[in-house]
Amino acid sequence: MSLIEANRVSYEYIRRDKDGAVEGFNRAVDEVDLKIVQGEFVAIIGANGSGKSTLARHFNALLYPAEGTLYVDGYDTADDEHLWDIRKTAGMVFQNPDNQIIGTVVEEDVAFGPENIGVKSREIWERVANSLKSVGMYEFRKHSPARLSGGQKQRIAIAGVLAMHPKCIILDEATAMLDPKGRREVMESVHALNKEENITVILITHYMDEVVGADRVYVMDKGRVVMQGTPDKVFARADELKGFGLTVPGVTLLADELRKRGVNLPAGIVTAEGLVDEICRSLRII
Amino acid sequence: MLRDITLGQYYPAESLLHKLDPRVKIICTFIYMISVFLVRDPAGYAVAGAFLVSMIVLSRVPFKFMVRGLKGIMFILLFTAVFNVFFTPGEVLFSFWKLKVTREGLRVGIRMVIRLMFLVIGSSIMTLTTTPNRLTVGLEKVFKPLERFKLPVHEVAMMMSIALGFIPILVSELDRIMKAQSARGVNFESKRLTERVKSMIPLLIPLFVSAFRRAGELATAMEARCYHGGEGRTRMKPLHYKKRDILAYIVVLLYLGAVIAVGILV
Amino acid sequence: MSIIADHLSYIYGAGTTFEVKALDDVSFKIDDGEYVGLMGHTGSGKSTLVQHLNGLLKPSSGTVYVDGEDICERDYDIKKLRGGVGLVFQYPEYQLFEEDVFSDVCFGPKNLGLPRSEVELRAYEALKQVGISDDCFYQSPFELSGGEKRRVAIAGVLAMKPKVLILDEPTAGLDPKGRMWMFDLIGKLRSEQGMTILLISHSMDDLAENAGRLLVMDAGRIVMDGSTKEVFSYCGELMDMGLDIPDVTRVMYMLRERGVNVGTDAVTLDEAVGDILKLYSGK
Repeated sequence: MSLIEANRVSYEYIRRDKDGAVEGFNRAVDEVDLKIVQGEFVAIIGANGSGKSTLARHFNALLYPAEGTLYVDGYDTADDEHLWDIRKTAGMVFQNPDNQIIGTVVEEDVAFGPENIGVKSREIWERVANSLKSVGMYEFRKHSPARLSGGQKQRIAIAGVLAMHPKCIILDEATAMLDPKGRREVMESVHALNKEENITVILITHYMDEVVGADRVYVMDKGRVVMQGTPDKVFARADELKGFGLTVPGVTLLADELRKRGVNLPAGIVTAEGLVDEICRSLRII
Repeated sequence: MLRDITLGQYYPAESLLHKLDPRVKIICTFIYMISVFLVRDPAGYAVAGAFLVSMIVLSRVPFKFMVRGLKGIMFILLFTAVFNVFFTPGEVLFSFWKLKVTREGLRVGIRMVIRLMFLVIGSSIMTLTTTPNRLTVGLEKVFKPLERFKLPVHEVAMMMSIALGFIPILVSELDRIMKAQSARGVNFESKRLTERVKSMIPLLIPLFVSAFRRAGELATAMEARCYHGGEGRTRMKPLHYKKRDILAYIVVLLYLGAVIAVGILV
Repeated sequence: MSIIADHLSYIYGAGTTFEVKALDDVSFKIDDGEYVGLMGHTGSGKSTLVQHLNGLLKPSSGTVYVDGEDICERDYDIKKLRGGVGLVFQYPEYQLFEEDVFSDVCFGPKNLGLPRSEVELRAYEALKQVGISDDCFYQSPFELSGGEKRRVAIAGVLAMKPKVLILDEPTAGLDPKGRMWMFDLIGKLRSEQGMTILLISHSMDDLAENAGRLLVMDAGRIVMDGSTKEVFSYCGELMDMGLDIPDVTRVMYMLRERGVNVGTDAVTLDEAVGDILKLYSGK
């Protein structure tokens, strides 16, 4: 059984004129089908306004589909009865670290989620300690989040989600406001959780190099899923991506350019290691 | 100047006061406030002052930090002093132009300023040694009985703690907007009042817009983390009175007794 | 317009327990028409530094010369400086406040005390430069999309006709298309109007492709100052500072490690392609 299953999910924003009268509807998500299995690392990419964040907000029932159905861990998200089960199962980390921290001490912030779902005090302590250890922030548990770096704050936010014992973490452009070091920290934490604790990761991002490590990629444009597949398959279609306002990782760009100039390289090279291997191979053949 | 407001800020340290139950701190701060209004003579002020100083020492919060909080209310202090010194009728000490300084005025002025300072520092000690989260828990517990009258105690407490947490963020945001608008040629230091008032608009509108945006994002983030009001909520650090808390109550009651005794005896 | 930073130091919260040396003896010179990148991890002092260059912060010691004039002198005309050195803050769209797009862009030039016709002409030109169409002019800036808001905010600075443009991470939060658009604009401002550019960025690839020279900051000091090629040749040092090298340079290093006889000084895509192609033609 898949952890998240969307069947023709659509979502519409009501467009209003200056006086508040309904002018029409904007389809932010348009008949999206997808299946995500427990333990997968899935990336969703798309230009600004392509609907990827709107879609992500359906995964933990912050939004409900206007049409179609969405199941998270077997629960229908339109069914209010399981709202908290769904939000517990699929935790979300948002873009701006400052706007999602509630506590003034790291450990109190991480405890916020478990407190909300009625976990007993003793167990909250355990969960907080374990989640902070998972993201390598345990030694900062008594610190004030205000003084931490952006990458550290986002790791706290991840710990806050982990403390609810989720099956899935959704990162909604969670690295957009970070510097390279912060991005590296967050991505390393997320990959470790995926590998070691088998937590499903849904990564929404504008950075193509972060997508490279994913198992699968969904590409969105104007509310629709327009491409999907493994990163190498998706990035092999650079021209199409460009049409959707996207690009390919720097390494892929280099490989594509070399191929255009007659070097015999396969399409869909996404990592530096891959490119180096291929160049070495082709050099020996020549 | 906004940076100087320490009221509502938390100062992390390991002290006895930090460890006390927030309910103790809230109730004792309240008792202290009452005591400050009971005092009438120098001896009483000495007792209240001595108590305050010992609390500051116990709190392990640097004295400098505490005093900085007063800078923010400097204007109110000055206003109170001036108002009382000049406008209290009584025995005239000296006068110039149309203003008279009276013995009573001087006394009342000084008394009011000391009172205000004690009140502000007293409540600062509470907020500086208690994380907003703990403060919320404490307030919620202290005011819990009011829920019987359908008052939204949990919601108000939550709102307060969030607002307190947002103050430093909004202060730095204001600083940023101010710089961004300065870079676009606004002169915030203009001598002309009309210009100064006008220069507030490009500051306040972006600040409000950003505050609303942040509030919206925070609400979404809280919802995503299963927040749904106080019902069924547990606590990581539930409140249990310990020996030291009982002791603290006793100390404060003794202090209150002392203040009253000094008032009667002197 | 040239900028000289002369032994700049800046201390936050001097005399308190929170005293931080945000800038520590910073000196450099940026010549007229240069395209300089400024990099360093968060908190290394980049933002503090650029705020000194248009007089938003006053140095604790040292001074800044713009066009040969000391801007820290008391009688220096700060208005002239604000017009000459434009500063685009991070997320500049958060400073929009007027009722409509056009008035917001007029705000800067109006503050410079220019006549109304000139103000409006400049606003019009600036909005055209950033590609905002006429029918958006009288919309509320808050109704625009994120990318459009950013363009309007940048137009607000361009309308002041600065000779030096400082941009603090102008592409933060933009999608790939928006990022490409931004670098096109900056490139045009330099080539067509001869603007001097100082660009703060976290993207090594973007800096490598665009800037001719790089300043690297760490703990309030300028630790490297040289051509893009030169700076990126210090791979290990950059990594230690929490920075990085361009993707293509990493590929060159890895090829070298595998025993391929190739230089490691390529920093742009074109250079890397050229160097790798040479391997094939040599055979």
